[in-house]
Amino acid sequence: MPAAGESIEAVVAAVPRDRRRLLRRPRIAIPLGVVVLILVVAAVPGLFAHTDPRACDLGNSGTGMVAGHPFGFDIQGCDLYSNVVYGTRSSVTIGFTVTAGCVLIALVLGCVAAYYRGVVDAVISRTMDIFFGFPALVGQVVILNTLHQRNVVVVSAVLILFAWPAMTRLMRSAALATVDLDFVKAARGLGAGPVRVIARHVLPNSFAPILAVASLGVGGMITAESALTFLGVGLRAPSISWGVQLNQAQDSFREHPHLLLFPSLFLSVTVLSFVMLGDALRDTFDPRSR
Amino acid sequence: MTGYVIRRLVGMVPVVLGTTLLIFAAVYALPGDPIKALAGPGRVLSPSVEDALRERFHLDQPLWSQYGHYLGGLVRGDLGIDLQGQEVSALVARAWPYTLQLGLTAWAIMAVVGISLGTFAGMRQGGTVDWVVLTGTTVVVGVPYFVVAYVAQILLGVNLGWFPTSGVREGWPASYLLPAAVLALFGIPELVRLTRASIIENRYADYVDTAIAKGLPHRMIVVRHILRNSLVPVVSVLGLSLGYMVSGTVLIEGIFNIPGLGYVVFNGISQQNGPVVVGVCSLLVLVYLMINLLVDIVYGLLDPRISLAGRR
Repeated sequence: MPAAGESIEAVVAAVPRDRRRLLRRPRIAIPLGVVVLILVVAAVPGLFAHTDPRACDLGNSGTGMVAGHPFGFDIQGCDLYSNVVYGTRSSVTIGFTVTAGCVLIALVLGCVAAYYRGVVDAVISRTMDIFFGFPALVGQVVILNTLHQRNVVVVSAVLILFAWPAMTRLMRSAALATVDLDFVKAARGLGAGPVRVIARHVLPNSFAPILAVASLGVGGMITAESALTFLGVGLRAPSISWGVQLNQAQDSFREHPHLLLFPSLFLSVTVLSFVMLGDALRDTFDPRSR
Repeated sequence: MTGYVIRRLVGMVPVVLGTTLLIFAAVYALPGDPIKALAGPGRVLSPSVEDALRERFHLDQPLWSQYGHYLGGLVRGDLGIDLQGQEVSALVARAWPYTLQLGLTAWAIMAVVGISLGTFAGMRQGGTVDWVVLTGTTVVVGVPYFVVAYVAQILLGVNLGWFPTSGVREGWPASYLLPAAVLALFGIPELVRLTRASIIENRYADYVDTAIAKGLPHRMIVVRHILRNSLVPVVSVLGLSLGYMVSGTVLIEGIFNIPGLGYVVFNGISQQNGPVVVGVCSLLVLVYLMINLLVDIVYGLLDPRISLAGRR
């Protein structure tokens, strides 16, 4: 990584604007299109799947593809296609809830730590250190394992608990760089209070890198949820989710590989599009990273 | 240097206390009956077992004293007793060699593949190889690794029969190669990107011009001059990823039936054996912290600027 103090001219010179912008367009447009499609599926799954995901007939257990049921049936004899389509909702909901929660915490704590420094910063930073002390999945497993009611809210809360420090650290360092700039000092000199300085000056000027990380974060959180659910400490059976489907498929995937294939495929495409979007956004905001 | 090591050790104390307190709080201090929580939903223990467990876990004492007992137990290597009455530490004693073999194999694969790909890409910045490698890392980040694990198991194990599909009956290396490769894949993208960035930063340095002017062969310039000087930041990520693998083993050992620590956790969850999950996870957290501490110290030895500058 080049030093942070590298002159802005060097950075601008390294990015011939028009050409790079043209090149970048499909990198943002394509994953963005897929993300929008996924959001529509999550919002109105009924548009895409006409079979009730809970209308099951054990007689069809494990059957492969037949007319009207393009993905076949799962072990319970439920239509796999509509289950996979309806499963989009819980994954996307958790991905967005967790990321939104983390961004909110990061914005508040990051700005507060950078603005006040001293003891406030120390307390926030040392608390983050404790959460960085956990291998994330292991920490989540321990806590979820003791909770017996695990719905979307509970799983999201536990994911937020371990995900906020990474984003807060980023926000803190971005805000620290902003706090010392002349216009912030000017605002302070004019008598603006902490709330006004943070909300009007520090936050808008240190927000950009968070956006890219947030998009990466949605993908990461969807993966984390499916991994926890797959392990058996996330969402539970009456909930329709890709993790639940993968968990149920693990005993019978040798005879019925389609049970594993289709939820995995949807999960991968979803996560991949969020990650690609985040990557493209990050390169846009920070050209030096490429 | 000694001052730096001491500073790092002292800095560890609040982190160890904090992480163990959090686990303790989640398991023992949350509202609800911890004995019922340990037994799992829907199971009823007989009153005598319940009383024995209460005494065993010091639940008749105040919270701070309970935490003291939990922490003292961890330090002495006492991880508690599972619901079948087995010492959790005995389970750990049987399991850790498998995890160590898997982890080190994966780590070696990751280091070799990650650094080579990063160097190739960095030396051809902007070219086709670079593009392919970078796109590849995005795809690897994007596909959840337990999906990769299953696809690898079905394709390479079941369909093609190149690798044993599960268990460790064929010993090292045959049984470990496939799971280790999947586990390694998880850490490769970050390593590749970092190596690549570091190579790009160093390849136009003055000493490289000197080496070229001396007429050294290209291969030697890349390996001896550019790569060697690019490895300092890479070493720390390499160390830290040993820690990330702690998380990965839970899924990978569960999927590939390797009877290591991760598998013990995986089974503990599915058999709703709470004490096993808590005991082994506490241990994994401590191992993770130890690895991070060691990496920090080694990093300080490699790059004197770090230990002189103090924290951050």
